Amino acid sequence: MSQTLDTSASAEDITKPRDSLDRRLHGVLHRMPALSPLVVLVIACVVFAVANPRFIRPENLSILLQQAAVVGSLAVGQTLVILTAGIDLSVGAIMVLATLVMGKLAFGGMPDVVAFLIGFALAVAAAFLNGLLVTRIKLPPFIVTLGTLSVFTALALIYAQGQTITLNPGTFLTWSGTVIPIGRFGLTVGVLMMLLLYIGFAYALRQTAWGRHLYATGDDPEAARLAGVRTSRVLLSAYVVAGAVIGIAAWILVGRINGADPNAGLNANLESITAVVIGGTSLFGGRGVVVGSLIGALIVQVFDNGLALIGVNPNYQVLAVGVLVIVAVAADQWIRSVKS
Amino acid sequence: MSEPVLQARGLAKTFGHVVGLDRVDLTLSAGEVLAVIGDNGAGKSTLIKCLSGAMVPDAGTISVEGRQVSFRTTQDARAAGIETVYQTLAVAPALDIASNLFLAREQRRPGVLGTVFRMLDTGAMKKQAKQRIDDLGITTLQNINQAVETLSGGQRQAVAVARAAAFGSKVVILDEPTAALGVRETGQVLRLIRDLRDRGLGVILISHNMPNVFEVADKIHIQRLGRRLGVITPRSHTPAEAVAIMTGAATLDPAQDADDLVDTPRNT
Ligand SMILES: Nc1ncnc2c1ncn2[C@@H]1O[C@H](COP(=O)(O)OP(=O)(O)OP(=O)(O)O)[C@@H](O)[C@H]1O
Ligand SMILES: [Mg+2]
Repeated sequence: MSQTLDTSASAEDITKPRDSLDRRLHGVLHRMPALSPLVVLVIACVVFAVANPRFIRPENLSILLQQAAVVGSLAVGQTLVILTAGIDLSVGAIMVLATLVMGKLAFGGMPDVVAFLIGFALAVAAAFLNGLLVTRIKLPPFIVTLGTLSVFTALALIYAQGQTITLNPGTFLTWSGTVIPIGRFGLTVGVLMMLLLYIGFAYALRQTAWGRHLYATGDDPEAARLAGVRTSRVLLSAYVVAGAVIGIAAWILVGRINGADPNAGLNANLESITAVVIGGTSLFGGRGVVVGSLIGALIVQVFDNGLALIGVNPNYQVLAVGVLVIVAVAADQWIRSVKS
Repeated sequence: MSEPVLQARGLAKTFGHVVGLDRVDLTLSAGEVLAVIGDNGAGKSTLIKCLSGAMVPDAGTISVEGRQVSFRTTQDARAAGIETVYQTLAVAPALDIASNLFLAREQRRPGVLGTVFRMLDTGAMKKQAKQRIDDLGITTLQNINQAVETLSGGQRQAVAVARAAAFGSKVVILDEPTAALGVRETGQVLRLIRDLRDRGLGVILISHNMPNVFEVADKIHIQRLGRRLGVITPRSHTPAEAVAIMTGAATLDPAQDADDLVDTPRNT
């Protein structure tokens, strides 16, 4: 047995002597898709810290995390959908609609918990609709969610009637805005909620059959189906679970802005996709880890915050993020490509 | 002879204008290797997909051990004891060998971890995967932690074969399982097929390799243009004759049809 191993190894050494470094890098990135974004994040932090020491002050880092909480949470749901080789352009719109429902109902005197549950259920139902259109009518996710993006955005604006809602801090609905001081760090409940989402889904994707089926379905749906995975159910579950995550993100957003505003979170749809893609998850499905999306969301926030601190025109931040997205997708193509 | 473990009657399947299957019958007994041969596009894969739940036939009936079944998914067929190696292999590239073996039949940890937290028992599955691969005598898969996409075509085929052979309890269907295999590995698969037969399972083998077919098959089902032409045995015909029938150059004498179809009661 060891003999066959040896012969195959030496045969490979003879045929592939030169590009071993290239192949090793390929292998490492293949196994750890979040590694390169992590390196980018660390380098960016070091550069900004050197350029302006205020960057690594706990107060600044705390604000940075608080700013990343909403998009970071949405990116968890987006990761689930993208892992199935889908995409959800409507996550931000659903979130905004949910915040308005939560905010308006609570403002109208409904108990916070009930208002939250109704908004949460609405987010799940909206995502369920996306999932149904994708799995039952078999429309491409991009088209489905492009449509529902408009529908939910319009519904949010119609429902808001041009109002923004302001709620009192410290209530159940705005609880996520409560600051928990840890030394000089001030983490909000919303940040902790986001971190819990990441821990929970890192576990679910790695340690449960559902996670494996999600990867298998995203990787090669026909193979997964033949192997006995109920792919249609898995796909639908990805959208629905993403809906639940969106419901939590809505809660975090309400706490962050102490209310609801139809214009808050306008860019959250694309920002969540940006975070996932920069985080090393493949748009072609089946590859990536959820923690990558956290790193991706943080990278965007670090660029935003760091460039502002060193006095660079904010437009360069947008430019830098755009470049990162393209680099990330190019890297993914390379990583996915079969070694020739 | 023994009661057929798997029986199909009048299976039909069309794809738009293309006829995939045209009223095909098939009988497989326990402890028997039934080869299915036919030219490209003869409907071999379509036939076994209907038998394994991967496709729902437009018409016809399937019964397992005399009981009529209607498979909507491959899970249904698996639950009935039918495991399949598809021509496309149906392995998940990014998952490792052990995970592929246990795909869609994962085992969870005992206790709360498994029931409440749905935690997979990765260790147990790996151990069992290794054990089963060793038991099957498949030597091409050394490291069960290796992702399937890093394997050679032949090794991937071995994964698919191992999965079907390890879990099949009544019927194992193999759609060209040796197409990418070397001589030694092909020998392993043929031996495995005999082992399965000796354990009392029914085996359906699709292959274009006539020497292999004539080596292991008890009966040979000939498929042409979606139709079943008939069933021969390695004793009743030579490989050359089989090829001649399969390609339409010769016709099968109905008196020589080895299918015991006529004796078995219809089940509708
Ligand atoms: N999913 C499908 N959609 C449309 N046509 C199909 C489909 N599957 C099979 N066919 C058609 O049905 C016929 C039978 O195909 P099938 O794959 O069963 O042949 P086969 O005997 O397995 O051939 P091969 O030896 O090449 O594997 C072919 O004409 C094929 O084009
Ligand atoms: Mg075929």
